[in-house]
Amino acid sequence: MRLSYPSNVKVIQVPCTGRVDIIHLLKAIEDGADAVYVAGCMEGECHFLVGNLKAKKRVQYVKKVLQELGIEPERVEMFNLSAGEGPRFAEIAREMVERANALGPSPVKIKKAA
Amino acid sequence: MIIADRKPLGELLEMVKGCDRILILGCKGCVTVCNAGGTKEVGVLASILKIARKKEGRPLHVDEKTIERQCDPEYIAQVKDLVGQYDAVVSMACGVGPQFLSEAYPDQRFFPAVNTTSFGGALSHGIWSERCAGCGTCLIHHFDGMCPIARCSKSLLHGPCGGSARGKCEISKEVDCIWDMIVKKKMEKGRLGDLTKMKPNKDWRTARDGGPRKSIREELVQ
Amino acid sequence: MSELKSGSNLERVLRAGHFALTGECGPPKGANVEHLKEKFSHLRGVVDAVNVTDNQTAVVRMSSWAASAVMIQNGVEPNFQMVCRDRNRLAMQSDILGAYAMGVRNMLCLSGDHQTFGNHPQAKNVYDIDSMQLISLVKKMRDEGKFLNDEDIDVPPRMFIGAASNPFADPFEFRVHRLAMKISAGADFIQTQCIYNMEKFRNFMKMAVDMGLHEKAYILAGITPMKSVGMAQYMAKSVPGMDVPESLIKRLRGAGKGKVAEEGIQFAIEQIQEFKEMRGIAGIHLMAIEWEHKVPEIAERAGLLPRPKVSK
Repeated sequence: MRLSYPSNVKVIQVPCTGRVDIIHLLKAIEDGADAVYVAGCMEGECHFLVGNLKAKKRVQYVKKVLQELGIEPERVEMFNLSAGEGPRFAEIAREMVERANALGPSPVKIKKAA
Repeated sequence: MIIADRKPLGELLEMVKGCDRILILGCKGCVTVCNAGGTKEVGVLASILKIARKKEGRPLHVDEKTIERQCDPEYIAQVKDLVGQYDAVVSMACGVGPQFLSEAYPDQRFFPAVNTTSFGGALSHGIWSERCAGCGTCLIHHFDGMCPIARCSKSLLHGPCGGSARGKCEISKEVDCIWDMIVKKKMEKGRLGDLTKMKPNKDWRTARDGGPRKSIREELVQ
Repeated sequence: MSELKSGSNLERVLRAGHFALTGECGPPKGANVEHLKEKFSHLRGVVDAVNVTDNQTAVVRMSSWAASAVMIQNGVEPNFQMVCRDRNRLAMQSDILGAYAMGVRNMLCLSGDHQTFGNHPQAKNVYDIDSMQLISLVKKMRDEGKFLNDEDIDVPPRMFIGAASNPFADPFEFRVHRLAMKISAGADFIQTQCIYNMEKFRNFMKMAVDMGLHEKAYILAGITPMKSVGMAQYMAKSVPGMDVPESLIKRLRGAGKGKVAEEGIQFAIEQIQEFKEMRGIAGIHLMAIEWEHKVPEIAERAGLLPRPKVSK
């Protein structure tokens, strides 16, 4: 479709969002990502039946952890869209980049020693 | 198995406050089965602690290892050369693990990462429920396979109390009244007479009330 | 029937065949003896015995044996309640001896509300033995003159033993069996949980009478007059084991502003009249909690005064 989405979004493809586990989301934050999101199929349309529901629960878990650590839970998010929705994919990417900009750099980025 | 839940993050961070290098030691036993302290959970906790400390500007070095069990000297011995390399070791095993480790390696500090709660089993994926209170004198054959000591909030032997309503315990609608279940089963099987006989007062000596317990198999002791 | 078990006023009234009336008084949340005396003063001469609650709903109050002793010193007969939640068998036997030494002659054995209800939910709960076993314990101390461990007691406590019955808890079919168990364990008298669902209670009493339970123990029907629609709704929704029919709530609401309390009393008086005639009912246990000053009026209007004076 040749739609554009912001270049500071790194896409990692998985066969199903059910493959995304808590540790993957945490590692992204740990390594300094300002935001990380999971884009899965519409609920009820998962090819592997409930993979996207598992992902949703894991995203909720990570949000809770971030909250407990005093980090904005909005830095992690779950989205649902169908494989054919190219424009929606780009829209989500733009939305998360705007959100990351609004939230500012992740508080986890290595601080230079004082 | 033994059920445990990971301690709140605030409490864990407080425990390792003064450390720069820690090891998180998991267990492939009960805490793996209840998804509290196995390899996966060790990895997750390691990442969480690193995130929290990075945010503070005081990075924490975290190594991860999971051993077969932390309740047998053979397995505890496996980490002999490892545990000394850290400021502290965080054990994700049940309450037994940190204690066995502390005894074996008195020069190191071992912190418990989980709160051990009870003996129980899985109701469904992700949900575990208490079944046994370890009273030392099992009576479930008198109650058609159900234990009122562990599962009645008041450990009654002649329940249900007057607070049992619609099959639920008075303390919470989330808690089933085990006596309601026992009575219904006895009535269904025509064994109500079992319940109308007075049960003797419980001898709590075999329970924790009698003091810490030890089990010895004479035929196995060297 | 031979000699009296305890010689208490309540026992003598019931033995003589009178329709008994007992009241209730919760000790103060402190050592305020004056407040306690004021509370039970309304009940003096109006009831045959006054229940003294034991950390009711797991809220800490002056201990029931101490409040009972104060009552005795001031000319009112207590019915000393003991729950299983806070004491082990040592403390129970010890307190029973202490209470008896202070003049207590009636005792009610209860499980006790779980401490999560109360104001110290963090406490360890005891429940060393249950209410059934406590009844049996008091009977053993009285009739055998022995402690639980079979050692002899140096002057056994001769208590009139009571137990509670809740016909409205579940499972309904089992409640009368549990009542039967309490009586065979040694209960001399029974006080029921407060009754609002008269239909259900009539069914329960039919079963109890069919089993001959009314001939083995004195059954007192529990009544708590409703003070407000709010109270009725609260009890219907939030008190486990309580059965408040919708028809009663409607009746109270229909009474109109300012007249609900009177309607509640009216209902209670109607209940008392029915209980006077009901087979198997030996009396009324009137729990007008924090409304003790209304008890004389209710007793008067229900035709329960004056209380019988039965000589020793």
